[in-house]
Amino acid sequence: MINKHVSSAAEAVRDVFDGATVMVSGFGEAGSPIELIHALIDQGATDLTVVSNNTGSGEVGLAALLKAGRVSKVICSFPRTANSTVFPDLYRSGKTELELVPQGTLAERIRAGGAGIPGFYTPAAVGTPLADGKESRQFDGQEYILEHGLKADFALIKGQVADTHGNVIYNKTARNFGPPMAMAANVSIVQAIQVVEPGEIDPEVVVTPGIFVDRVVEIANPVHESVLVAEGVSYP
Amino acid sequence: MSEQTQISGWTREEMAKRLAQDIHNGSYVNLGIGIPELVAKYVPEGRTLIYHTENGLLGMGPSPETGSGDPELINAGKRQVTANPGAAFFHHADSFAMIRGGHIDLCVLGAMQVSKNGDLANWSTGAPDAIPAVGGAMDLVAGVKSVYVITQHCTKHGEPKLVESCTFPLTGCKVIDRIYTDLAVIDVTDKGFQLVELSPGIDFDYVQSKTGAEILQIPNT
Repeated sequence: MINKHVSSAAEAVRDVFDGATVMVSGFGEAGSPIELIHALIDQGATDLTVVSNNTGSGEVGLAALLKAGRVSKVICSFPRTANSTVFPDLYRSGKTELELVPQGTLAERIRAGGAGIPGFYTPAAVGTPLADGKESRQFDGQEYILEHGLKADFALIKGQVADTHGNVIYNKTARNFGPPMAMAANVSIVQAIQVVEPGEIDPEVVVTPGIFVDRVVEIANPVHESVLVAEGVSYP
Repeated sequence: MSEQTQISGWTREEMAKRLAQDIHNGSYVNLGIGIPELVAKYVPEGRTLIYHTENGLLGMGPSPETGSGDPELINAGKRQVTANPGAAFFHHADSFAMIRGGHIDLCVLGAMQVSKNGDLANWSTGAPDAIPAVGGAMDLVAGVKSVYVITQHCTKHGEPKLVESCTFPLTGCKVIDRIYTDLAVIDVTDKGFQLVELSPGIDFDYVQSKTGAEILQIPNT
């Protein structure tokens, strides 16, 4: 019998190790797995490389993980957020390294990593500072640069409904980086509002097939980052 | 009082309205944050556009009524939006396949500088203490079929934004097709900037004086 259901966020992130690469879903607060991130802060793993589109806001979720000093490097497309000074301070003081990646290149590097493709050529960033030092090649008279697939040890993902086989559906634009990250990580962990039995999600609407998911945990009432930030909450 | 009167061209809203006239019915359109977002308000009646937002929605609708939104239904500016009938959600890799794969007809972006050969700089001043952040701009300009810029003609300090060559770090090379400013509509052609239309009350010499590269006049026909 397959059962990927674990009892708590703490149990779900128990084996994240120091130095791990961790992908974190979300675009702004939409799809950000805050409960899993907070469990990771409690768990204590450090020297992490985080792959995520943003760097969080306020002092909760991803920003709190950064503030706790657990992240040595972020791979990210847009690390500026109106409501956060955490990453800018770490970046300016040299405590956290930044690898800036165009958003579509970031998504495709993650997808490629999960799809067994070590590298690909893209037109994005050609002729810009983000192409510096990258191999380039012409196809049909147009220039492209080589980008590498990206894999991770763990992925923390927010879904809407998951079944115990790991099939996942998402909520609206909270889907964003979840599906490619689930493919690209060795251990993919999904928090969902509801965990159901196999068969309860129509196979026609499954977005992330269970083969890409290792653990699911039910977080029935996830907090919203914007609400916590408005309340001035600082985690822990 | 000096004799010189304040010269004012199109307002932001008028710039957006002017641009909206040029978008074909049925286009798939990605609007950037800021002035580009205003374009959606001025699409002529009878035309239906489908708005793409790179965080995973085709068929984006206007902001929700207060209190009825979902914090997980947002646009690329991270503001709450709605989904129109016929909308679709998708993940980020698919979203940028739409962009990079040439499936989006038009993208409208803001600019810090545009050069006469169509280079765009709109993500960084290159200042050493700035936090670099690029988002999806480089992918959009590299992949979308037509890329329009909508921007004030000059910076707040009066410096031209339309220049011989960009001094800020580039977003993309030879990617801009057309520029809508408060003073004029200008095409980027193989020969450089080509005037398309002047804002009412603005003359050519004035636009040229506010531009860092030569603008070609509309040929007499």
